[in-house]
Formats: sequence, structure tokens, C-alpha cells
Amino acid sequence: MYQYILKRVLLTIPTLVGAAALVFLLMRLIPGDICLIRLGGGGSSFDPKALAACHAEIGVDRPIVVQFLEFIWGAARLDFGTSMWSGKPFITEIAARLPVSLEIAIMATVVAVAIAIPLGTISALKQNSWLDVAVRVFAIGGIATPSFWIGIVSILLVLDITNLVWGHPWMPPIDYVPLWKDPLANLSMVILPAVTVGYRYAAVSMRMTRSAMIEVMKEDYIRTARAKGLINKLIINRHALKNALLPIVTLIGIEFAFLIGGLVVTEQVFNLNGVGRLFVQAVQNQDYTLTQALVMLTVAVFVFTNLAVDLLYAWLDPRIRFN
Amino acid sequence: MSTTVADPNALDLRAPIWNRAVRFCRRQPLGTFGLALVVIIAITGIFAEVLAPYNPTANDFAAMTEAPSLDHLLGTDQFGRDLLSRIVFGARTALIVGLSSALVGGILGLVLGVGSAFFGGTVDMLMQRLFDIVMAFPLIIMALAIVSIFGTGVHNVIIAITIPLIPRCARVVRSAALVIREVPYVDAARACGFGPVRIILRHMVPNVMAPFLIMVTAFVGQAILAEASLSYLGLGVQEPVPAWGLMLQGGAEEYASTAPWIAIFPGVAIMLSVLGINLFGDALRDTLDPKLRDR
Repeated sequence: MYQYILKRVLLTIPTLVGAAALVFLLMRLIPGDICLIRLGGGGSSFDPKALAACHAEIGVDRPIVVQFLEFIWGAARLDFGTSMWSGKPFITEIAARLPVSLEIAIMATVVAVAIAIPLGTISALKQNSWLDVAVRVFAIGGIATPSFWIGIVSILLVLDITNLVWGHPWMPPIDYVPLWKDPLANLSMVILPAVTVGYRYAAVSMRMTRSAMIEVMKEDYIRTARAKGLINKLIINRHALKNALLPIVTLIGIEFAFLIGGLVVTEQVFNLNGVGRLFVQAVQNQDYTLTQALVMLTVAVFVFTNLAVDLLYAWLDPRIRFN
Repeated sequence: MSTTVADPNALDLRAPIWNRAVRFCRRQPLGTFGLALVVIIAITGIFAEVLAPYNPTANDFAAMTEAPSLDHLLGTDQFGRDLLSRIVFGARTALIVGLSSALVGGILGLVLGVGSAFFGGTVDMLMQRLFDIVMAFPLIIMALAIVSIFGTGVHNVIIAITIPLIPRCARVVRSAALVIREVPYVDAARACGFGPVRIILRHMVPNVMAPFLIMVTAFVGQAILAEASLSYLGLGVQEPVPAWGLMLQGGAEEYASTAPWIAIFPGVAIMLSVLGINLFGDALRDTLDPKLRDR
């Protein structure tokens, strides 16, 4: 087991270094110069000395190998330096934007789990009934509908309905307020994006719940439980769902890691100032350090979620670690 | 395997294609519905010039943000362009991006996946790490970088969408091919002195066709969704090319309360096409791979 863990942990290193090299290279391939943008750009004349000073200040005048090694060494110590655009440490930039994104991601997960597990279970138990077909169509609809469009339509609906009920349209607040300061304002801002993101997430998890439950319900121990006269509720809750939960939890974990990417679009629709938008701004401003920091954090979340899932599986299923 | 009881849902590959098609439709009503949607969208895309009532890029400033009427069945946008015509031509863009990304991504994934499984050892190890890197890399940043380096446009959107599809197909194909590699007939082929190209193409590739086709079908839907998202973010297809995601950008939000049809119809088009592909894909999976049924 220890050998397996060691091997699996060591395998994360080439992925992380490879992703680091990729983002480093991609950013430098993008034509443009952050200093030109900072100094006004747009064709206006600028002082070549100021440009050189700017390059020296952010360190892009050094050889590319030195820059790369410095980035890797920094990443190893979890220090990605300061944003080339604002001059603030990367952690300050991210910390200012993270709460809203994290809250949406967590709430979307809650929405997804609350919808997916009950509906997926019912769908599996009543396989091929009209209820099952309805749930499957609902799920496949969630996968087929672009989340940004659900966002646009839901804003439209809120505007129209509030206009009808109160006589004037209502819009969710734009400035982020922490949950503990003003729960109502916070929730009214976050709930729509969370449901929008959560629907797709729920759809994927629902399909997984259904298939895992169908698989488990065919197992011998379920037949044994039935034979010994256990009531249906106990069989489902204690025997079936518990065993079906592993692939479902895996999927939820991996999808959570993917959420960060999905947030770029959602934040655009709802005009939220989260990490997703920071990502786009960082790339567009040619802010190498901040983009590198954000990409490495996203990759790390993905890689370590996968690692945790693999180790969990190996721990539960001895066949994996000996293979 | 063929000696086991015949699966009532599995397709008898020896039966004439017409019988198989009828059987598929009868067994898979949802899948048939999906296929019908896909066929309708394909015809719409192919014959866009004939079907569209107006030029999709022609402005009519006398008829801006007009509600659906007999003249403009789905209304007009803020530049007075006929929405139905734009959606009809948008089907072509969606098909081009969806099919080419899925096919190129799928075929490259197939080659790399089977190759990785066949050669094993260091080659397999290196390929696996490469797949890991691409899979872990955020798609939107990859797309953003590709578009920033090469510029926007249909070709670059296809590249941006194809790259992340390659490792996902390769992974699935590789695991299927690893099983095939151990099968005696591959050993026999090797003993006969056949080269790797022949073994891969003649013996391994045909045996991973089922998971491959299932993946490629799912990819078409995912690529259409990805194209819509990228175009919506301004990173994909550019104006005035008619594309569904692009139609939802800008004007759709600005005029949402006064002209909701601008925001609603392109989204419905995306939803119906991806729904059709997914329903068909699910049915195809059940039919091609009975082991995966109910998943």
C-alpha cells in the first residue's frame, strides 16, 4: 500500500511541472507586452527608458530560462510573486475574488447533491417507468443546455415576475456582501448563479447515481437482504445507497475541480467579480505571474482531487494497489 | 461470448442494415427522437441557403428588435437581422465546429490511445503524463491563449476545442485496447511477423470501435456547447458569422427585457441540437455495448 501511495504521489509531480511549462510557454507566445499596456499603449508615444525600467521592474528582461526556473522554484514554495499588473501579491488579488466564486461553487454542489441523489435513486428503483424517463430527460436536458443561457433566461424571468408582482423590476445586488454580514443580500446575489451551475452538475451526478444504483441493486447481498425480510427502506438506505455512493462522490469531487473553469462563463452572465473573471483579466492584461498562479492553483485542485480519489479507491479495493 | 444467450437489445451485425435500423427505432424511442432532431439540424445546416428566408447578415434598420410575426417568424435582432435565418445558418457553424472537433479529436485520441496501449512501457508512461497535463489544464485558459496567439475565427475555435478532447478519447481507447493486447489473436498476429502498423490497424482498432463511436458522438454535443460558450465570451466565432453562442452575446442581454426572443431562440437551438445528439448517443451506447447498458 505504501509503495502504491508513494508512486501515485510522485506521479503528480510531472503533471504539475508539465502544466507549469505549458502555461509559461502559452503566456509568452501571446503577442503583446504588459508594459506597453501599462504605459498607455494604444499607439501613443512612450519613453523607451520607461519601457526598459518597467521590464526590469517586473523581471521580463532576464533570460527566459531564469524566469522559468524562478517560477518553478516559487511554485514549489507556493509563492507565485506579485501581480505584474497591480503590483500586489498574488494572494491578495485572489483572496479578494475567491469568496464569491467559492460560495457559488459550494452552493452549486449542495444544489446538485440535493437534486441528484434522490432523483437518481428513484429513477433507478423505478427503472423504465414514466418517472424514470422523466428524470432521464430532465438530466439529459441539464447536460444539453448551456449554463450561460439558463443564466440569461433566469434573470429575464426574475425581472418579468418581479415586475408583474411588485410593479417594478428587481435585480440581484451587484456588490458582494459576505453571508454573515447580510445573509439576505448575499443569498439573493448568489442563489441564481448557484442554481444555474448546479443544474448541469446535478444532471451529471443524477445519471451517475442512477447507473450506480442499478448496478448495486443487482448484487447478491441485496437479494440476501430481501430474502431475510428486511424492509425496502432499510435495504435502500443502508445497503444499496451506501455502496453506490463511492462512484457518485468521486464524480462530485472531480466535477467540483472542473467548476472553476465553468465559473468564467457564469460570472460573465451575472456580472460577478470572482476568480473566473480574474482569470480572463489576467490573461488579457498579459499578467504572467497572476495567470501562472491561477492556472497552477486550478491544476493543483484537479490533480489532488484525482489523487485523493485514487487513494480512496486503492484503500477500499485491494485489487487496484496490487495491479 | 457469442455462445451466450442472444441479447434482445444487441444488434445482429449480420442482419441487413434496414432491419437493424427498424429494430433500433423500435427498441430506442428516445434515441430515435434524438436521431430525428440531429437529422433535422443537419439538413438545416446543409441547405441553409434554401431554407433561410433572409440573408443572415443583412441589416434592416426599419425592422429592429421586431417581435415574431409572419414576416419574421422568430423576430429580428437589434440590427434588424432575421433571427430565423441566423439560427438556420448557425446550425451550419455548429455542425462544422462540432463535427470537425469531435472527429479530429476522436481520431487523434484513437491513434494515440491504441499506440500507447500497443507499445506500452516508456512510450505509454510518457503518453499518460502528457494526457494528464492536458486534462488538468483549464479548458477556458487554453482557449483564451490559443485565441490570443492565433486570433479568433472558426479554425482556431476548432483547435481550441479539439485539444482537450484528444486525451479524453485516448484514455478510454487505451483502457479498451489494453484488454485487446492480451488477447491470443494479437499474439498470433505478432508470431506471424506482422508489423505494429498492421496489428494496430487490422486487429486492435476494429475492436475498440464501440467505445470510440460512443465517445465521438458525445464529443459532438460537447463541442457544440464549448463553441457556444467560447463565442459567448467573445473568444470564438466573430461577427457577422451567424453562430448560436455569439447571438446570445451583447444584444441578447441588453435587450432581454424588451426583446426576449433575441435571447430565447438561439439557446433553444443549442439545447435541441445537443439534446438530440445526447439522446442518440445514449441509445447508440446501449446498442453497441450491451455491457454498458443502464449506465
